[in-house]
Amino acid sequence: MQLEDFDAGAEIRALALAGVGAIASFVGLVRDNNEGAQIGAMTLEHYPGMTEKAILEIMAQACARWALLDCTVIHRVGTLRPSDQIVLVVAAGAHRGAAFAACEFIMDYLKTRAPFWKKERLPAGERWVEARASDDQAAARWEENHR
Amino acid sequence: MRVSVLYFAALREKLGCTAEELELAPEQASVGALLALLRARGGAWAEALAEGRPVRSALNQDMVGRDARLSAGDEVAFFPPVTGG
Repeated sequence: MQLEDFDAGAEIRALALAGVGAIASFVGLVRDNNEGAQIGAMTLEHYPGMTEKAILEIMAQACARWALLDCTVIHRVGTLRPSDQIVLVVAAGAHRGAAFAACEFIMDYLKTRAPFWKKERLPAGERWVEARASDDQAAARWEENHR
Repeated sequence: MRVSVLYFAALREKLGCTAEELELAPEQASVGALLALLRARGGAWAEALAEGRPVRSALNQDMVGRDARLSAGDEVAFFPPVTGG
């Protein structure tokens, strides 16, 4: 969890460890529009303590379910502008199957289980982003009985 | 028993409260009972925490349901569905 920006390339290179043959990554950015409205800025609030705990648990689940050698999650908080980077997920393993799946799993669980809340600043005022049913559906795919 | 209660995001704004400490009787020692206690304050509390509203709960920084039991010194948090990532 940090206010500062991150260097995705550097974080990917940092996981080029012994035995790693595949590194999958995801970067989430602030979009400049949402539901037809122009976004001037976005503020990310979080629950200090619980966010770190939740993300570590999600990463531990990913490492238990797939053959990963390491993974990295960075999530920014504070006020961001359109096109700013918000979140980075990197998963490294011997082969691409585990790396791709773990990267997507971590993002889907982060979207539904990590205590962050986004507030958009629009021309008309400020608005809290609403949680989406599609995010819950994406996370539900990973339940054991779905696969 | 004494517990701390934290409020986040849109819920914090609606209630006008970031955090508080409460003294609970033994029969109020569950997340559900605590919510009922808070609703009884009326006004914004009754509206924002009404049954059926999508209020999530955490106990000592783990997501829990309404039937979670509370102990002295616990940290409870209430917030809207999360929107990170």
